[in-house]
Amino acid sequence: MSVPARYDRVKQVCAFVVDAAESAGLDETAVFHCQIAVDEACTNIIEHGYRGEDKGQIEAECRTEPGMATITIIDWAPPFDVTQVPDPSLDRPIEDAAIGGLGVFFMRKMMNEVTYHHKDGANRLVMVKRKTG
Amino acid sequence: MECPVHEVKRVSVMTVKGRVDSDTAPKLEDKLKKLVDNEKTQIVLDLKDVEYMSSAGLRAMVSTLKAVKRINGDLRLCTPSPRVAEVLRLAGLTSIFNIYPSQNDAVGSF
Repeated sequence: MSVPARYDRVKQVCAFVVDAAESAGLDETAVFHCQIAVDEACTNIIEHGYRGEDKGQIEAECRTEPGMATITIIDWAPPFDVTQVPDPSLDRPIEDAAIGGLGVFFMRKMMNEVTYHHKDGANRLVMVKRKTG
Repeated sequence: MECPVHEVKRVSVMTVKGRVDSDTAPKLEDKLKKLVDNEKTQIVLDLKDVEYMSSAGLRAMVSTLKAVKRINGDLRLCTPSPRVAEVLRLAGLTSIFNIYPSQNDAVGSF
């Protein structure tokens, strides 16, 4: 699926991914993790990649097999490898709680694999979620 | 997302309902900012009807917490759903926010 890069369209991408994750037989928690990861990925693309709404498209692809969903989020913003963003420092006082980098941190914590490739002008973020237990 | 406010004693209770994400968090942050601007500095955010919250929602809450702390107020949370509790915990925010098991407890804590 493909949507214009706008915050009000992110939930549409989330719904698409939730359907795929459910069809792969992932449990409720794993489906929620996929939703958060995709939400944060799309939000980052709009905010930091395209630097604003309506500057391009976001495409999502899902491949599923029993107990596993592979989600690919594609955009055409300037190359940016989110997997290189350092984790935020979480044991800081409230004055320093900037929340920057938290989206990427959530993606890493909630998915089993997060990889990035840049090819033919497109950023491709591939996230894998496997069923637990 | 809806976030109506009512007053209990001198505490402003905002009940957040629905989905808090990058699309709706600015509205939440704006409503919280209006409370602070109106010198409502004892705020309880009731999260029991929040079905989903991304880091954008957390950012709105932290930004408000910083603002009220600067003027000796506080933003306290109550009744987060398991999903919201998980994102709060993962983000390391359970040590920054005071979180209560009921709205009464949160209001009574001021």
